[in-house]
Formats: sequence, C-alpha cells, structure tokens
Amino acid sequence: MKDVREALMVGRNTEGKLVRRPLSPHLQVYKPQLSSATSVFHRGTGIALGAGTLLLTAWLVSAAAGDAAFSVVQALLASWIGLLVLVGFTLALFYHFCNGIRHLFWDSGRGFELEAMHRNGRMVIAGAVVLTVVFWFIGFLVW
Amino acid sequence: MSNENTPSVHIMRSQLGRARGLGAAKSGLHHWWTQRVTAMALLPLSLYFVLSVLMLAGADRAQMAAYIGEPWNTVLFLCLIAALFSHLSLGLQVVVEDYVRNDAKRMMTLLVLKGGIAVLALACAVSVLKLAF
Repeated sequence: MKDVREALMVGRNTEGKLVRRPLSPHLQVYKPQLSSATSVFHRGTGIALGAGTLLLTAWLVSAAAGDAAFSVVQALLASWIGLLVLVGFTLALFYHFCNGIRHLFWDSGRGFELEAMHRNGRMVIAGAVVLTVVFWFIGFLVW
Repeated sequence: MSNENTPSVHIMRSQLGRARGLGAAKSGLHHWWTQRVTAMALLPLSLYFVLSVLMLAGADRAQMAAYIGEPWNTVLFLCLIAALFSHLSLGLQVVVEDYVRNDAKRMMTLLVLKGGIAVLALACAVSVLKLAF
C-alpha cells in the first residue's frame, strides 16, 4: 500500500480474502453529454483564463513601466495572433461568466431537473457566443 | 507489500476512531464559500472590466493612465484584481488536488502556483497604483 487512501479501496470477497475494489471508469468510457461537456468546458475555460491573467498583468505592468513597453504590448495584442488569443480569451471569459451564474443558481438548491439543466446549458453556450460576437462588433466599431 | 497486486491494510485504528474527538472540520467550508463569494463579486466586476477594455481600445498610455487614475476606476480595478486572483488561486488549487496524486509533487505544485499567483496579483495592483498616482 503506497497511500493511506488505498485502505478505502480494499474489501473482502465472500471467501474472506482481501481484494482490491474496482475503480469507477474514467471520462473516456462515457458518451459525451451536454451536462459533462459544460462541466469540462467550465474547468477548461477557468484554466485558460488563469493563463489569460498573464496578459492582464503584461498590459497593466507595461502601462506602469512606460511608453516603450506599453507600445510593444499594444502592438503584440493588436497583431493577428494577439487578436486570435484575445478572441479565445473573451470567449472563455463569457462562457465561464455564464456557466458561473448557472453554478451559483445550482448552489441555491434549484435547477437540478434534467430538462431545465439541458435548456440552460444550451443557453449558456449560446450566450457565450453571442456576447463574444457583440463584444468584438462593438470593439471594432470603437477602435 | 511484496506483491503490488496483493492488497493489504496496515492501519490499526478504524476510520471512525481516527476522526472521533477532532470535532467539526471548522475551516472546511471556507474554501468553498470564498470561491462563491469571489464568484459573485466577479459578476459585476468582470462586466466592468470588459466595458473598460472596450473604452480603452486603441487608447495610448496617457489615456489609459487618466482612466485608471480616476478614483472609482482605481478602486474597482483593485477590487477586480483582489477578487480575480483569489478566485483563480482557489480554482487552480482544486484542479491540482484533483489530478496530482503524489503528496510531495502536489505540495510543490501548489506552492509554486499560489506563489506565482500572489506575485501576479501584486504586480497588477502596484501597476494600477503607479498609474493612478
């Protein structure tokens, strides 16, 4: 036994012999569903937004550092690869925002019916895409 | 121990015996609750951030400094930084605890991650203050 937690994974069979209990199967065994997909996306976008805070930090620190540093960061963000990253960042942000509201709603003890869950899951995905499109539409208008 | 596939238990005390007398988990809810509180704070703050970014699109450094230098904007940016990085710290901690099994590796990953996040948060906050003053 390498880990204390493995003590919980041990049981006895009908002959009284110690056996290792079977583990439940992992993600790849299950059919992809809206419920699991929205959950995985929430974690994935959370991690992506964590990486995105590096951009936020670069933006603020370069502005505080001076004109030269700021113009470098501005140019990087305005390049096609910078814009591509920013589009991904806003999509992740709006998804995490919308699905976060869904999670807070669940935390209040409501909305566990499968039908409602599937409906607001589709609403979250649609909402994230719509908000991203609106953001970039306004962004290009004011730029 | 000799054979990897032969399970054995070396704990003499029962699970109940180990838990008894320790009382409630006390700070057990703290992580969960803080994550929800920062999530709720981030709902208006992230919308404010998105609007700020739209207003600052294409702005030069002087315009950005003038915007962040307005007292309410300074305060809201500092609130955003505080809520964002604590929410991030708690969220990534759960991810690491879910996937890193080895105790030493898990602790090292958490120390590096949380230390890095604290540095980023401070860098952002100090930059906002430097732009404002």
